[in-house]
Amino acid sequence: MPTATDTVAAGDLGPLTTGDGTPLKTALARATRRARLKALFLVAPLLLFVIVTFAVPIGQMLYLSIYNPVFSDNMPRLSSWLRAHDVTEVPGEDAFKALVLDLTEARANRTHAQVGTRINYERSGATSLFKSTARKIKKIKGPPYKDQLLALNEEWGELHLWTVMSRAAAPHTAAFYAQALDLSYDAEGDIVRAPENRRIYGHLFLRTLLLSALVAGLCLILGYPAAHLLASLPLKYSNLLMVLVLLPFWTSLLVRTTSWITLLQSQGVLNDMLVSVGILSDDGRLELMYNQWGTVIAMTHIMLPFMILPLYSVMKTVPKDFVRAARSLGAGPVTAFLRVYLPQTVPGIGAGVLLVFIISVGYYITPALVGGSSGQLISNQIAFHMLQSLNWGLAAALGALLLGGVILLYWLYDRLVGVDNMKLG
Amino acid sequence: MSMPAHATTFERIWRRLYLAFCAGVFLFLIAPIIVIVPLSFNAEPYFTFTRDMLALDPDGFSLRWYDRLLTYGMTAPDAVRDGAWWADAWANSQWIHAAKNSFTIGISSTLIATALGTLAALGLSRPEMPFRRAVMALLISPMIVPMIISATGLFFFYSKAGLAHTYVGIVLAHAMLGIPFVIITVTATLAGFDRSLIHAAASLGASPVTTFRKVILPLILPGVISGALFAFVTSFDEVVVVLFVASYDQQTIPLQMWNGIREQISPTILAAATILVLFSIALLTTLELLRRRTERLRGLAG
Repeated sequence: MPTATDTVAAGDLGPLTTGDGTPLKTALARATRRARLKALFLVAPLLLFVIVTFAVPIGQMLYLSIYNPVFSDNMPRLSSWLRAHDVTEVPGEDAFKALVLDLTEARANRTHAQVGTRINYERSGATSLFKSTARKIKKIKGPPYKDQLLALNEEWGELHLWTVMSRAAAPHTAAFYAQALDLSYDAEGDIVRAPENRRIYGHLFLRTLLLSALVAGLCLILGYPAAHLLASLPLKYSNLLMVLVLLPFWTSLLVRTTSWITLLQSQGVLNDMLVSVGILSDDGRLELMYNQWGTVIAMTHIMLPFMILPLYSVMKTVPKDFVRAARSLGAGPVTAFLRVYLPQTVPGIGAGVLLVFIISVGYYITPALVGGSSGQLISNQIAFHMLQSLNWGLAAALGALLLGGVILLYWLYDRLVGVDNMKLG
Repeated sequence: MSMPAHATTFERIWRRLYLAFCAGVFLFLIAPIIVIVPLSFNAEPYFTFTRDMLALDPDGFSLRWYDRLLTYGMTAPDAVRDGAWWADAWANSQWIHAAKNSFTIGISSTLIATALGTLAALGLSRPEMPFRRAVMALLISPMIVPMIISATGLFFFYSKAGLAHTYVGIVLAHAMLGIPFVIITVTATLAGFDRSLIHAAASLGASPVTTFRKVILPLILPGVISGALFAFVTSFDEVVVVLFVASYDQQTIPLQMWNGIREQISPTILAAATILVLFSIALLTTLELLRRRTERLRGLAG
C-alpha cells in the first residue's frame, strides 16, 4: 500500500499536504498569521489607549507650534487683503479700510486683545496698540480710513508692523520656531539672528545640556565606585546597602526636593553645621540654593539611583576571576582595572549615563523649586509660557525642539541598550 | 572583605579611600531623607536643629506640625476633639482631602495600567508578535518623554475633549504614565517563564482563559504586583500633569506639597514628607518580599 512518503519518493512531486488536503505551506502561513493576530490582539487595547492619551495629544501640541489662526480668523478682511498683496511698503486706503472694519468687528466680539497679543509675539507694544485703537475705533465713521487711523496712533504707519501682520495673516507660521531658535524677522521680512540681548533660548538649551551633562558626570563619578562595592560584596551585605539606593528611588520626588531645601538653604542644616564648626562665619553663609548649584546637587541626588542600578546589574555579571587573572599575569592594579574591568562595564556606563541625561534634559520640578533663576532649565521656560505668559505657540515650539532631542537620545539608548533590557529595581 | 596578605601599602591605602568614598556616597543618598524625620518634630518653625533639639531636651520636640497637617483647612480646628471634630477633619482638612484624591486617583489609574499593561505584555512576549521593537518603543515612551511635554499635550487635548478639571482625565493620564513600568516588569517576568507550561495546559484540555488563570497568572503575579506598585507610585508622586489639568477639587498630596513649598514653606511640609517616607519604606518592603518570592518560585535562592 503506497504511503505519503512513498509517493514523494516515487517522484510524484505534489506538495506536502495536511490531513485535509491543504498544502503544508498554506497551512503554516495561516497558523503563523493567526498567531501574529492573536499577539497583536492582546497588545491592541493598550496600543489604542497610549495612542489616544499620549500620541494624539502630543501630535496636537506639535501642530499648535506651527498653526495659529487667531489673526486670520478674527481679522478676515485684512487677512485676505494681506494674503493677496505683497507688503513692501505701508499699504494704502484699501488695507486700512479692511483693518478698520475688522477691528470694529473684533471690538464687538471682544477678540481685539487676542489679536493684538498674537502680533505682540513678534512686535512688542502691539497689544496696547490694538487695545487703544479698538477703544476709539467708533470715532472713524467713513473714509479716509488711513489718515484717521494714523491720526489716532501713528504706529499704524510703521512698515515693520505691517510685515508682521502680513505673516500672521497665514494661519500656518514658522514664527514660533524662529523665536525658539533665537531668530527673528527684520523689517524686510528676512530671517536674521535676534539681537544679542534677546537671545534667550539658545542660551537656555545650552545650559540645559551642560547642567544635564554635569549631573550625568557627577552621577557616574559617585555611582561607579558605589555600584562596584555593591557588586563585590557578599549578597547579605549588598542587599542591606541596596536599601540605601532603593529608598531614595522610591521616595517621593517632592520629599527629596524638600529635604534638599531644608539642608541647603542659607539658614539650613548644612550652613548651620558649617557655621557652628567654625568653617564659615555667620555672614559668610554659602548660597547653595536658588541657583545652579541647588539644581545640580538636588538633581544629582535624585538621578543617582538611575546610574547605580544599571551599573550594578552589569557589574554583577563581570566574573571576578578576570581581574585576578590579570593581576596574576603581572598587571598592576591600575592596568588590571583600566584594561580588564572597565571595558566590561562600558554597557552599564552607557546605559546609566544616557538614562540620567535623558531624564535630566526634560526635568522640571526640582529646578523650579530649588533652581532660582540661574538654575532654570528649558522645561521651566515651557511651563512659564504655558501657565503664565500664555504664549502657547512658543511653548509648543520649545517643547517640540526638546522632544526632538529626547527622541534622538531615546533612539540612541534603544540602539545601545535596547528598551526591553531596561531594568527597574 | 579583608585585603589579601600580598597587598601593598598603596593598595591598602587605596582600599581605605575607596571604602570611605563609597560610605560618603551612601551617606549622600540617605542623609537627606533621614534628616527630615527629626526636623518634622521641631517645636519651632525652623528648618534646622534648634539648641534644644541637639540637647535632646523634650521641650525642643513637639507634634505641632503633625497637628497642623491634620487641622489645616478645617472649619473649627480648635473645637473639642470629639466625633464632630473628626468628621470636620475628614470633610475639610486640606491634607486629608489631598490624600483621599491621591489614593482614589492612584488606585484607579493603577488598575487600568496593570490590566492593559499585563495583557499587552502577554502579547509582546509572544515570539510571533509583529513589529515588536517599534511597539515596545512606543509603549515605553511615556516614561522617557519629559513630563512637561506630556502635560502640555494633555492640557490642549483635555480642554478640547472636555476632560480638563475632571477625575477621569487625571486617572487616564496617570494610567498612561504608569503603563511603561507595568510593561517593563511584566515582560521581564515573562522572559523567565517556561512556555512549555502553556502547551502542557493546552494539551490537557485547558482553554486559553483557564490556562491564563491557573497557570500563567500565579507564576507572573509577583511581576504584575511590582509593576502595579511602580504604576501606583508614579501616580502618587506625579505633580506636573496635575498642575496642568486639575482644578482645586482634584488637589493631590504632591500638588499640596508643591504649593506649600512655593508659597509659605513651613515644617508642616516636613511632617507630610516624613509620613511619605514611612509610606515608601512600606512599599519597598513589599517589593523586596515579592522579589524573594519570585526567586523562590524560580528555585534560585531561599
